[in-house]
Amino acid sequence: MNSPPLSLGAGQQVMTPSKGVGERKIRRLEMLESVLALGGLVLLRDSVEWEGRSLLKALIKKSALRLVYHDLFRDPLNWSKTGEALPGGPLGVLRAMCSRTGPGPVTIALDSLSWLLLHLPCTTVCQTLHALSHQDSRPGDSSPVEHVHVLGLLHGELHGPGPMGTLSALARTEVTLSGTRSQASAHILYRRPQQRPTHETHWFSILSDFGVDLQGVSPLKSQPHPDPLTPPVDPTTHLTFNLHLSKKEKEAKDSLTLPFQFSSEKQQALLCRGLGQATSHIFYEPDAYDDLDQEDPDDDLDI
Amino acid sequence: MFPELNNLLNTSPDSVEQGTLTLLCDAGTDGSFLVHHFLSFYLKANCKVCFVALVQSFSHYNVVGQKLGVSLTSARERGQLVFLEGLKSSVDVVLRAEAEPHPLGFLREAGAGNLQPLYEFVREALEPVDCREAAWRSPVLLVDDLSVLLGLGVGAVAVLDFIHYCRATVCCSLQGSIVALVHDSGDAEDEESDVLLNGLSHQSHLILRAEGLATGFCRDVHGQLRILWRRPSPPTAARRDRSLTFQYKIQDKSVSFFARGMSPAVL
Repeated sequence: MNSPPLSLGAGQQVMTPSKGVGERKIRRLEMLESVLALGGLVLLRDSVEWEGRSLLKALIKKSALRLVYHDLFRDPLNWSKTGEALPGGPLGVLRAMCSRTGPGPVTIALDSLSWLLLHLPCTTVCQTLHALSHQDSRPGDSSPVEHVHVLGLLHGELHGPGPMGTLSALARTEVTLSGTRSQASAHILYRRPQQRPTHETHWFSILSDFGVDLQGVSPLKSQPHPDPLTPPVDPTTHLTFNLHLSKKEKEAKDSLTLPFQFSSEKQQALLCRGLGQATSHIFYEPDAYDDLDQEDPDDDLDI
Repeated sequence: MFPELNNLLNTSPDSVEQGTLTLLCDAGTDGSFLVHHFLSFYLKANCKVCFVALVQSFSHYNVVGQKLGVSLTSARERGQLVFLEGLKSSVDVVLRAEAEPHPLGFLREAGAGNLQPLYEFVREALEPVDCREAAWRSPVLLVDDLSVLLGLGVGAVAVLDFIHYCRATVCCSLQGSIVALVHDSGDAEDEESDVLLNGLSHQSHLILRAEGLATGFCRDVHGQLRILWRRPSPPTAARRDRSLTFQYKIQDKSVSFFARGMSPAVL
């Protein structure tokens, strides 16, 4: 795709729920749908090796029917001063989105959260994200489920454990991208309310039309599959010397008492001294110049 | 330009990829041979080059360029090369009157610098002036190197913003390319350098990382080059593995690349 990377803050307003997708294979949609199912903040954590922007685009394509695009890429800091820049910069745009009250589900995609974290204090970003993803919880609303999705792309190596942990705690769904040499994987953590967090790992690749081709799922394990090319090797085979013990040798080894180990026999021996045991004795031969005066051994009393 | 490196990257002066950010990174060794490669490559490809050279003088690059078959003096005279010589102009910044904006004006600022004047310089250098500029191919920005800016007191976020704006202008509007060199000090305590390197890595399409050998200096193998393609591309047969690693030896006029452990001196 030759177009410029998605700019910061693409807001989308979906007029109808995204169920009317058509007759595609259920397996293909499963990963994207499950990521979008919970609502709230979806955190996409990528790394230099495994980039997450294409998955973000796939999610946007999946969830959006109508796209509103806020171009903050060209002039986020208002250097050109032509008046075209949106007022308040990126933060102003996000805050304006917080107060939008249209009907129907809304998906807001942020590319990237890392840019926001580098330019704004972490607390401001977290408060804005919280306000964005909880727009629907207004009392007196007749429709109980009004999904607001906030998709945020976060670059793993740029931030310390503090901001990462904070955003992680805010997120309902967290997707961490990694992979083996040729295959990308997404490790998804779901935090459903009042339930234990669940893990899933999907092996996938992104197609040129930003569809997702799933290659496998491992729902139970939280670690990725071990590399099938390297079977486990037992290092004790094929040696020129013997590493194993025979039965007799094992018995001898188990019955050996170590010299400095405090066993009950030693304890008895120490407690019952004096039964013929020689106590220590000092033999001293005084020199010619020695003056052994028991009352003044150092010879420094001036009496 | 090193023909072997062109083969590894699958490029040639006739077919130049546009709209890309290439990150050159070195760790434990000197990666400036990559800068000389890209400078001569883009000059031979008939692109207009804006070179922000903060580390060496013009004559240094000219001498090396002549070994590689390009003359920077004549390129500058015919307008193909716009050269900002950081070492000389930094003295001008201190000595000239304050009112005039200068690309390196951040040197005078007491607080954390803003690289907007440098961006304006790059933009003016590369934006086509309609009457005469049809001769050149896509514009190219080359920076040697960005870590020097950190040492001069500019924050990592300011450097990232500068590259962001350059990308928006050079890569997206003008369909050109950017090549920048960054040092990886390997020092765990240098957070600014880490933020700069990682932030740029996430923005780039191609990363060339020159590393010294883990075992130390060697006369026949000068280092190891790791190539990582980051642009998300469909898994077609034409695009090879995402990441390749080669070892190299720098000679007088060229650099030879070979697979790891396959140095001619060893075989």
